[in-house]
Amino acid sequence: METGSPRDAGPAGTQGTAEAVEGGPVWIALPPGLLRMRRLLLVVWLGLIALAAGLVPGLLAGPAWAAFAVLPLALMAWGWVMIGRNWRSWRYAERADDLLISRGVLWREETVVPYGRMQLVEVASGPVERYFGLASVQLHTAAAATDATIPGLAPAEAERLRDRLTELGEARSAGL
Amino acid sequence: MTTPGAGGAGGATEGAGTAESEESAGAGETAEGPGATGAAEIAVESAVEATTTAGTAETAAEAAGPERRLHPVTPLRRAWAPVAVVFGWAVHDPDGAQRHLSRLTTTTLLIGLAVIVPAAALYGFCSWWFTHFAVTGTELRIRTGLVFRRTAHIRLERIQAIDVTQPLLARVAGVAKLRLDVIGTDKKDELAFLGADDARALRAELLARAAGFAPGTAHEVGEAPARRLLRVPPGVLAVSLLLSGGTWGALAAALVVPPVLWLATESVWTVLAVALPLLGAAGASSVGRFVAEYDWTVAESPDGLRIDHGLLDRAHETVPPGRVQTVRIVEPLLWRRRGWVRVELDVAGSSNSVLVPVAPREVADAVVARVLPGVTVPGPAALSPSPRRARWCVPVWWRGYGLGVTDAVFAARSGLLRRSLALVPHAKVQSVRMTQGPWERARGVADVCVDTGANKTVRARLRDAAEARELLAAQAERSRTGRRDARPDRWMA
Repeated sequence: METGSPRDAGPAGTQGTAEAVEGGPVWIALPPGLLRMRRLLLVVWLGLIALAAGLVPGLLAGPAWAAFAVLPLALMAWGWVMIGRNWRSWRYAERADDLLISRGVLWREETVVPYGRMQLVEVASGPVERYFGLASVQLHTAAAATDATIPGLAPAEAERLRDRLTELGEARSAGL
Repeated sequence: MTTPGAGGAGGATEGAGTAESEESAGAGETAEGPGATGAAEIAVESAVEATTTAGTAETAAEAAGPERRLHPVTPLRRAWAPVAVVFGWAVHDPDGAQRHLSRLTTTTLLIGLAVIVPAAALYGFCSWWFTHFAVTGTELRIRTGLVFRRTAHIRLERIQAIDVTQPLLARVAGVAKLRLDVIGTDKKDELAFLGADDARALRAELLARAAGFAPGTAHEVGEAPARRLLRVPPGVLAVSLLLSGGTWGALAAALVVPPVLWLATESVWTVLAVALPLLGAAGASSVGRFVAEYDWTVAESPDGLRIDHGLLDRAHETVPPGRVQTVRIVEPLLWRRRGWVRVELDVAGSSNSVLVPVAPREVADAVVARVLPGVTVPGPAALSPSPRRARWCVPVWWRGYGLGVTDAVFAARSGLLRRSLALVPHAKVQSVRMTQGPWERARGVADVCVDTGANKTVRARLRDAAEARELLAAQAERSRTGRRDARPDRWMA
C-alpha cells in the first residue's frame, strides 16, 4: 500500500508549508491508517463477492460463466482509486480562532467552525477502527447541520485535538 | 375525589399555595439555592414525598418559590383520548364494532362504566396531584409522575421563547397553556393548564427573572408595557390567502384527485381515504390559516417581541431580545403587485415560525428592524446577483439568487417566482461551509452555506469561486466578532 508521508499527501500538503510562512492555515492531512483500513475492507468484501460471483455460476453453468467475477474485480480497482482520491482530499487546519475542515473530490466542501461555537467534541472509535489504531473526532455546534467530523486520526492525535478544542472552546465560549 | 380536588384548587393560586406547602422538610434544603448538589436534590425529593400527606404549613424558601400545582381542570384535557380510541377502532373495523355493539347488554355496559370511569378519574387525579412546578432564581422546575418520576429543570437565561396558548375549550374554561422553548425541552415540559391570569403572571415573572431582575423583585415587576408595532386587518389577511398559490393548489388537488380516483378504482374506501386528508389539507391551508392568523398583532416590549394571534385558539408568544436566529422575508408572486410580504423567523428550539403573515413591505421592514436591532433590510439594489455563467448550473432560476453582506447581517435571496430573502445576524452563525459540485467547479462558481442554531441553513448559491472563498473566511471572522457586541443572555442585567 503506497502511502506518502501525511504532510505532503494531497494537493494541500505541499502548499501548506508555503502558506504557513505567510500566516495562512497549516493544513494537516489524514494519517495513512484510514486509507489502509478502507482499502483492506474493500478488498476483503469485494474479494469475497468476486469469489462467489466466479464460483457459483462457474460450477453450476460452466467455466465460461465464471467471467462474472470480473465485475466485482473492476469495481474493486475503481474503488481502490476512489478511496485514495477521497482520502487525499481530507485535510484540516487548526487556526487561532477556528477549525477548518476540507474534503471531497467531486463535491468539495470546506467547513469553518469557530471554537467559541463548539458545544461538544466527541472522539469515537469502532471495533474495526480500533484494530487499525484509528479514532474519529466529531464537533457539534448548536446547529445540527454543522457536519464537522475528522475520521481516521491516530488515537493520540484525536485526544490531543479533543483536549485542545475543548480548551479553546471554553476560552472563547459564546451562547447561541 | 371531590374534597382533595377542591382543596387543590386553592393550591393553584399563590396565596393558598404557601399555606398548604408541602415543603416543610424540603424548604431548608432548597433555600441553599441552585448550588444544591444532586444528593441534596434527592433528599428534597424524598422529603417532599414523605410530607405530602402530612401537609404542615410553613412558608417555602424564597430562593425556590413555593411549589405550585396546575389548574384542577387539567385532568379533563385527556378525557377525549379513550373516546377517540374507541371511535378510531370503530372506523377501522366497522363490522367488528357492529357485532360487539349488538352483544353489549345494559348490565355489561353499566359494569364497564363503573370500572372505567373511576379508574380514569383516579388516573387523571393522580397525574394532576403529582405534578408540581416551582420557580427558583435561575430555573423553572417541573416535577411529575407517580410511578416514573421525572424532574425537569429549565434554565431561565436560556429561554428562547415563552408561549401562552389558549385552545378554544381552554378559553371557555378560563385556563391557558404555558410553554417554554429552551433547546432540548420536549412536549412534556409545558405547563398545561394554568389559570389564564396565573399563566400571564407566571410568564411575566419568568421573563423578569430571565432578564436578570433580582429574585425578590421579580414578581413585583409585573408585565412589561408593550408597544404595538403592527396589526393585520382581517380583510388583508383574507385577500392574501386568496392570492397565495398554496391555497388554490390544495383546493384543486382536493377537487380533482378524488373523482379521478373514483373513475380509476370505483372503490369508495380508497376515494375516502385519499379525499379526506386532501380536504383536510385544503381546509387547513385556507380556513385554518385564516383562523390561526386572525387578528395578528406584533408588539414590542422590554421583554422582547409579543406576537398575539388566533380567532378560536388564542396564542400569545413572547420572544426575548436577541433570540432570533434567522428572519426570512417571503414574497409570493401574486402578492408582488400589492407590495405585500410575509415575514418568518426562526428561534432555536421553538416551533413558531411566522412573524408577520402579511404586511406591506415598508411596514415589514420596520418590524424586522425592531427584531434585529441595527439591521436595515437590504433592497434589491444592495444584493449582488450571481455571475452570468451560473446559468449553466441552474438555468433560468439562477437569476433569483443574490447575496448582500452588511456589517450586521448575511442576506441571501433565492427563488424567482416566490422570492425569499433570508437574513442571518453574524452573531448567530454557528458554522460556515463552502460547497462546490463538479458542475459548479466547471463554471467557477460555489455555494456558501451558513448554519444557525435554529437548525436552519441559509445558502448563498452560485457565487464566484474566488468570492466564495473570501466570503468563507470573512464570514467566519464576522461570526466570531459579531458575538462580542451581541446582547447578554440576561438582557436587563
